[in-house]
Amino acid sequence: MLEIKNLHARVAGKEILKGIDLTIADGEIHAIMGTNGAGKSTLSNVIVGNPAYEVTEGSILFNGQDLLAMTTEQRAHAGIFMSFQTPVEIPGVSMTNFMRAAVNARRQAQGKEPLKSTDFLKIMREKRKLVEIDQKLMTRSVNEGFSGGEKKRNEIFQMAMLEPTFCILDETDSGLDVDALRIVAEGFNKLRTPETSAMIITHYQRLLDYIKPDLVHVLIDGRIVKTAGPELALQIENEGFDWIKSSLQETV
Amino acid sequence: MLKVKKQGKMDVSVQTPSTASAVAQEPNAFVKAVAEKKYEFGFTTDVETEIIEKGLNEEVVRLISRKKNEPEWLLDFRLEAYRYWQGQQQPSWAHVTLPEIDYQAISYYADPTAKSKEGEKKEIDPELMKTFDKLGIPLEERMALSGMAVDAVMDSVSVKTTFKERLSEKGIIFCSISEAVQQYPDLVRQYLGSVVPYRDNYFAALNSAVFSDGSFVYIPKNTRCPMELSTYFRINARNTGQFERTLIVCDEGSYVSYLEGCTAPMRDENQLHAAIVEIVVMDNAEVKYSTVQNWYPGDSEGRGGVLNLVTKRGHLRGVNSKLSWTQVETGSAITWKYPSCVLSGDNSQAEFYSVAVTNNHQEADTGTKMIHLGKNTKSTIISKGISAGRSQNSYRGLVKVGKHADGARNYSSCDSLLLGSECGAHTFPYIDVQNNTATVEHEATTSKINENQLYYCNQRGISTEEAVGLIVNGYAKDVINKLPMEFAVEAQKLLSVSLEGTVG
Repeated sequence: MLEIKNLHARVAGKEILKGIDLTIADGEIHAIMGTNGAGKSTLSNVIVGNPAYEVTEGSILFNGQDLLAMTTEQRAHAGIFMSFQTPVEIPGVSMTNFMRAAVNARRQAQGKEPLKSTDFLKIMREKRKLVEIDQKLMTRSVNEGFSGGEKKRNEIFQMAMLEPTFCILDETDSGLDVDALRIVAEGFNKLRTPETSAMIITHYQRLLDYIKPDLVHVLIDGRIVKTAGPELALQIENEGFDWIKSSLQETV
Repeated sequence: MLKVKKQGKMDVSVQTPSTASAVAQEPNAFVKAVAEKKYEFGFTTDVETEIIEKGLNEEVVRLISRKKNEPEWLLDFRLEAYRYWQGQQQPSWAHVTLPEIDYQAISYYADPTAKSKEGEKKEIDPELMKTFDKLGIPLEERMALSGMAVDAVMDSVSVKTTFKERLSEKGIIFCSISEAVQQYPDLVRQYLGSVVPYRDNYFAALNSAVFSDGSFVYIPKNTRCPMELSTYFRINARNTGQFERTLIVCDEGSYVSYLEGCTAPMRDENQLHAAIVEIVVMDNAEVKYSTVQNWYPGDSEGRGGVLNLVTKRGHLRGVNSKLSWTQVETGSAITWKYPSCVLSGDNSQAEFYSVAVTNNHQEADTGTKMIHLGKNTKSTIISKGISAGRSQNSYRGLVKVGKHADGARNYSSCDSLLLGSECGAHTFPYIDVQNNTATVEHEATTSKINENQLYYCNQRGISTEEAVGLIVNGYAKDVINKLPMEFAVEAQKLLSVSLEGTVG
């Protein structure tokens, strides 16, 4: 369970998040929608622990642990995973070596022995099939020369390898064609367990056709201004955000 | 990122130094605390060593020659070199701050085997055996790494050469240069100084005057050397210089792969290592020369460390001859080293692959010279510099194409990786083309380890330290892959250890 209370954060001296309250229980899927610059990516970066973002107020608890007191890698070891909006390329480091380092780092944190090579490669093979990712990509450098769709699929593959309990999909649907979107979303659904919870950041309804959210939140200017069921996403798809903004102004 | 591409034309002489110094602009930079670098081989060996008195003069040169029971011609060679050296000035063009070296405060000959020689049997002091064991270089043939023969040199003397007999069955000569002078004086006389004459430079003259031990390799015609040959250099004694001299001759149609490793104890004062390596490659022959240089680099404040002032050159005399230099340089306080190739034979091919890591206060000025004289000669230069701490790392290279070198080709790629904001990376490529059928390409990039790459690794649960190791090894992969297997594994570990603590 993830509990965010009165979260304020800034980047490069500018306050972006202005008091976020959000609770995501085990097994729940929450969608976050909002205009550009509203603070969606800041929220995910703060949860994950990007050192470029500074939390000025508030708290985040993950299964009762104080997330803000943990390093980025400790949070990852605790089961938090983010599918990046623009995954970075790491030249010269093969996907296989990268994944081995990641999987074994997590095992070490859990007090387990590193996986034997043969076992590791077997798991790689299984997970690769699950998200329909080409074997050839595994021998290439991390994300180097991958197409937009391959990068996103590779994020879901890494999620499969690391078996997180809380996932953030940060605009995973952007830049994907319909088929790639379906493969990525189905991959995610196959990986879900009844305990897996997720926060899905998106501009569009189409990803939510595949991954059904329990709740949809609208983030505007660093605050969650509206929360409702999945029908809210449909309404935003049809009518945009203006009606929410004007209703806000009315209440002010 | 900076990319430069040049096509050589008639009579072009280009010199384009480029400098990238990381400026402290990101308060969030990952390099804050440069922790004490771990140096695994900093121990000393307690062994009775005969050391001649400090100082350098003609009598010292004669004494060294006498100790080695050398023939007259070699003493003359030394004396000529010494007299030439006296009239020369220490060069100052390199991008390093070479401390003033007091040549009279150094001892030029230290023999850790002297005591055992007095006995009836020439047995190796067990302390010396232990030392090399500790360095991972077992001198017992039954314990040795399979497929590798070793010449172990400590201070001025070769302690032991393994597998000599087995190699001699094929006519291969592998021994210390001192022994070669006694056993094969004609071969040594024919080639010594033929690639690097003593007038070549200041340190070459010094080495030619006082050189002590190093290895001699001769591969006879049409012979593929069945094992890797290697020399392990160890400096042990205090206040001594090591003046290694290695000579490799690979005759027609033959092949040899040669490895060189080096370490030294941790000491507060600088130690001088001024070496010469000469390689001669005949028709259709191939030599691979690999170095993993791990001399003591000094402490985190820049105290002590080896001054590594080395002249290495190969002469591709024969048609279709091949020579490749591969070096992984992580050690030394100062590195001044340009393994070079003179491509005389038509269709000869030369390669230079280098990874140079500098950390703390280390300074490296290293690169290569490719001198194309024969027709259709081809050279490749791949240089990867990695700078951390407050170090300075320079690539300096010359590509020269002579008038008669029709169809010569060179490709150079020089990449620099900066870790942190207080180090510097510099590139000094010199291009001199005198034949308009030549093609010369030069590419250079400078990059920093990206915060986003580290963040991405961290999010996947990989610590920053481990991420840097992964990224640096990935960056150096093209070079590491050129090393023989056992060396490649060592080199990978060495890269990670050398950069430990560079990220805060």
